[in-house]
Amino acid sequence: MAHPVQRQAEIVELSPVGAYHRLVLRAEGIAERVLPGHFAALAVDRADGSLLLRRPFFVHRADPAEATVEVVFAEAGRGTRALARQRVGDVVDVVAPLGNAFPIPTGPASALMVAGGYGGVPLFGLAERITEQGGSVGFILGASTADRLFGVEQARAFTPDVLVTTEDGSYGIRGQITLPLTEAMRAIEARVVYASGPTGMLRAVAEVCAREGVRCFTAVEQTMACGVGVCMSCVLPVVGEDGVSRLVRSCVDGPCLDGSRVRWEDIGAVPPDLEGAAAMGGC
Amino acid sequence: MTGADRTVFVNTAAASTGGTGVPSESVDLTAPFGGGTLPNPVTTASGCAGYGRELAKFLPLAELGSITTKTIMPAPRSGRPTPRMAETPSGMLNGIGLQGSGIEHFVANELPWLAERGARVLVSVAGERVEDFAACARALNGQPGVVGLEVNLSCPNADNSGLVFAANPATAHDVVQAVREVAEPTLPVYAKLAPDVTSITDVAKACVRAGADGLSMINTLPGVVIDTDTLRPHLAGVVGGLSGPAIRPVAVGCVYAVHAAMRAGECAAVPILGMGGIRTGRDALEFVLAGASGVAVGTAIFNDPTAPLRVLDELREALAARGFAKLTDAVGLAHHH
Ligand SMILES: Cc1cc2nc3c(=O)[nH]c(=O)nc-3n(C[C@H](O)[C@H](O)[C@H](O)COP(=O)(O)OP(=O)(O)OC[C@H]3O[C@@H](n4cnc5c(N)ncnc54)[C@H](O)[C@@H]3O)c2cc1C
Ligand SMILES: Cc1cc2nc3c(=O)[nH]c(=O)nc-3n(C[C@H](O)[C@H](O)[C@H](O)COP(=O)(O)O)c2cc1C
Ligand code: FES
Repeated sequence: MAHPVQRQAEIVELSPVGAYHRLVLRAEGIAERVLPGHFAALAVDRADGSLLLRRPFFVHRADPAEATVEVVFAEAGRGTRALARQRVGDVVDVVAPLGNAFPIPTGPASALMVAGGYGGVPLFGLAERITEQGGSVGFILGASTADRLFGVEQARAFTPDVLVTTEDGSYGIRGQITLPLTEAMRAIEARVVYASGPTGMLRAVAEVCAREGVRCFTAVEQTMACGVGVCMSCVLPVVGEDGVSRLVRSCVDGPCLDGSRVRWEDIGAVPPDLEGAAAMGGC
Repeated sequence: MTGADRTVFVNTAAASTGGTGVPSESVDLTAPFGGGTLPNPVTTASGCAGYGRELAKFLPLAELGSITTKTIMPAPRSGRPTPRMAETPSGMLNGIGLQGSGIEHFVANELPWLAERGARVLVSVAGERVEDFAACARALNGQPGVVGLEVNLSCPNADNSGLVFAANPATAHDVVQAVREVAEPTLPVYAKLAPDVTSITDVAKACVRAGADGLSMINTLPGVVIDTDTLRPHLAGVVGGLSGPAIRPVAVGCVYAVHAAMRAGECAAVPILGMGGIRTGRDALEFVLAGASGVAVGTAIFNDPTAPLRVLDELREALAARGFAKLTDAVGLAHHH
């Protein structure tokens, strides 16, 4: 896990990108610690405000020279709406970097990035690392509608292997992101797939990868109270190295998890073979 | 601090310094704990700091009076399904279900790490039966770093149709007595009380009669949040525990009532560890004035991982600004009216 720090960060940019907001924060000591897949937990209210819990966001870019980190967020509820109302020059309390990072293949490898909605946010830094190592990447970017796509231009600047899907057909291929997935994996001879987006999408991608026999790493999003590993609210069932399934904390043991180890169908349940399930009598 | 521009209560000990302020670094924060003391009154609330490892990245654990662990049971527990939490106004609802790896794992893997860092560990234990509590207590005898046991009475009693042990004086008494019997005699045993009972003072009295060396109060309040989009309860376990600043007046009220019973001689006097919505040193001082000689910081950690240490610093300043040379001079002072 990353070694997080807490900082009062200054907003140096806050601007719309499609349906999202791009937020650039300046604070010493964070950017140089960030790896692709790490997230930041932002306070969204005043120090005496009534919204207590931090909101987690993937770090999109980290620039150690400028001491900045960038997140991209959708307005989803009260917290993100409050964040969107902030101004350049305002101060945001940030804890980062948090979570584990994506495992990166050693040596040159072909990787497919599968991003649903703002899911591309953590994947660009990863794509850079992989190409720096002599590997190659392709992208599939999908969303419900065109304005909820993120990073299409950025992906095209990176590689010609970019497919775009929208569920309403307002941009690119009409349909779900998994529609062109198998073909795209074969076309670029992907050795590994990285997926980020809604849980249902991650599950579908992991299933295709399992069928195709390709490694798959997913960036999961579970609701988090603390983001730092102390509250146990963000758990999901994962098969351990020892073959035993446990509820693991997605904020410290994740969010980047091997898609073949996550028991997707059991998220939100406690199946009887989980470690400690038998002890759940009354409590 | 805010005290300077207001009419501030001047305590008798401060009168000799000739004013309302004492230098904050000279405030004696030594806190009564069981029959002994801890270097300062601040601990973490059970379940809000794990077993310390993650918090250690944000603050040196040894600087806190103690660290209270997540409640530990005899066997590993998966905890409840997710969603396990919902944010609420000035608080949150949680239904974690006491996930943990069990007492053996804790003693072998977590406690030595804490002891090496000089942390003073208040170990929270629970069970579904009286003997489970005792088994945990026994496993902790002679272990390094342990300064006390906190008996989490808010666990459903398997032998009483799932009603929590804290729900009535008799079951609370039995658990505390069983733990007190097997625990090392020098190790303070704290009973952690639930607020949603007919009379918290009656439960407190029963626990003290059973040998409790201190009382922790309060645990969370039961509640339900309904998701109006899915039209269903938000937590998978439906009912969760409410915590955070939203419950602070309830918590202060419980401490006040039990301390009043002690002052009235209805209950033997033991130290109270107060908690429920403490976010600042000012909040902590409320508990102290109500009668707590220790305070625990819980949900506020999720907002600010350095909160326990910040609360300690702010409490020191709040005491100094009001002329208190010693923490103990402020304990229960709100009852002197
Ligand atoms: C590891 C991780 C990375 C994320 N990265 C991004 C990102 O890069 N861009 C982005 O737009 N969003 C991201 N999210 C989702 C984002 O955290 C939520 O949209 C946000 O917390 C919603 O807060 P709110 O107050 O607006 O919504 P509300 O619904 O009012 O929030 C209430 C509570 O539920 C939690 N919550 C609500 N929705 C989610 C969700 N989808 N995931 C987790 N918690 C949620 C909130 O944190 C808060 O505690 C990420 C989530 C996780 C777990
Ligand atoms: C996520 C969470 C987990 C908790 N787990 C426990 C626990 O395991 N044992 C326990 O005695 N109390 C537990 N509590 C209750 C706290 O220790 C504390 O009594 C309560 O939250 C009030 O304090 P606060 O408002 O400062 O959080 C938990 C609270 C929260 C929010
Ligand atoms: S969010 Fe608290 S443990 Fe993961």
